[in-house]
Amino acid sequence: MVDNRPDIRPSIRTPRARVSGLGAAHHGTREWWMHRVTAVSNVPLVLAFVVIVALMAGRSYPEAVALVSHPLVAILLILGVLSVTNHMRMGLQIVIEDYVHDKGLRIAAVIANNFYCVVVAVACLYAIVRVSLRAFA
Amino acid sequence: MAQFNLPKGSQYTEGKTWPKPAGAKNVQEFRIYRWNQDDGANPRIDTYYVDRDDCGPMVLDALLWIKNKVDATLTFRRSCREGICGSCAMNIMGQNTLACTLGIDDCKSNQVKIYPLPHMPVLKDLVPDLTAFFAQHAAIEPWLQTETPSPEKEWRQTPEDRARLDGLYECILCACCTTSCPSYWWNGDRFLGPAALLQAYRWLIDSRDENTGERLDGLHDPFRLYRCHTIMNCANTCPKGLNPAKAIAEIKKMMVAREV
Repeated sequence: MVDNRPDIRPSIRTPRARVSGLGAAHHGTREWWMHRVTAVSNVPLVLAFVVIVALMAGRSYPEAVALVSHPLVAILLILGVLSVTNHMRMGLQIVIEDYVHDKGLRIAAVIANNFYCVVVAVACLYAIVRVSLRAFA
Repeated sequence: MAQFNLPKGSQYTEGKTWPKPAGAKNVQEFRIYRWNQDDGANPRIDTYYVDRDDCGPMVLDALLWIKNKVDATLTFRRSCREGICGSCAMNIMGQNTLACTLGIDDCKSNQVKIYPLPHMPVLKDLVPDLTAFFAQHAAIEPWLQTETPSPEKEWRQTPEDRARLDGLYECILCACCTTSCPSYWWNGDRFLGPAALLQAYRWLIDSRDENTGERLDGLHDPFRLYRCHTIMNCANTCPKGLNPAKAIAEIKKMMVAREV
């Protein structure tokens, strides 16, 4: 198992130097703030998503397409995808930073997380656009 | 990944059961963590019996009773025995607290379990290595910093500004909060921890301090400050009744206030 404890190599470096490390990154507030902002925007957008899905229940496919084609519905779904996937990306990165301590694995996990969230977002957006524009084709 | 199991060398075994005090009527059992790096063995849990009629009311009294009358090798830190030095911080009945301010009766158990503060290197028995903890406190530069030449007498502040330090200055740096924080367990090398951040806030809102911006700069980091996920173990465990989680939240609000 990888030894994940803090740097315990024999060294004459002072404890103070170890705590200072590479210094403050001078960032993090924007991410923290945007995580809160997307949490707030998730509330109405996820509610709207639930209502839209409930409205679709029992409808035929053309009726469902017609519903998603409504501009208000399509825009709410697109906003929901953007808000949720961004929130997911930032939240998962925090989880990775918390628990994955092996440096190489952490970088790989952060990259994979970013890719994954973008792919999920683009796939959802593509589906919404495709379904909602089909009504006009 | 974060380690959820104890490393092999840290897994404890059943230790020695020490004899009950002869002729005692009112006996309390204690289960205490023992480890000595010189004997090369894993930690063990020893069982002691304390004569309550011969011992003071606090857990620290019981530890001293054991050390004086049963087992002189039992090792722990203590000094003031009145909750102001922070030396006797340890994990009692699963909660970090001061042995000197916790009554044996308040443990409400016929088997009082005592361990060192969690997730710190152990030096011996109940004595953790707090070197990094104190270095983190030093890193937030816990002293008044000013550019203005010092006044002839003292730096003045209004009673209202002084009142803002209440709930912060009382911290005795016992490390109960920091060692109860899961974020500190996983990232203690980069996260400053609740105690150091509460102290940082104490200097951030001191009306006499002139380095507020530089202090915020030093904390502006995804790990130093933002590893706090408001788990609140710190506020829950503080033996002085302080709220480090609130202080950290206030620092985060200051960070946003200068950006948004």
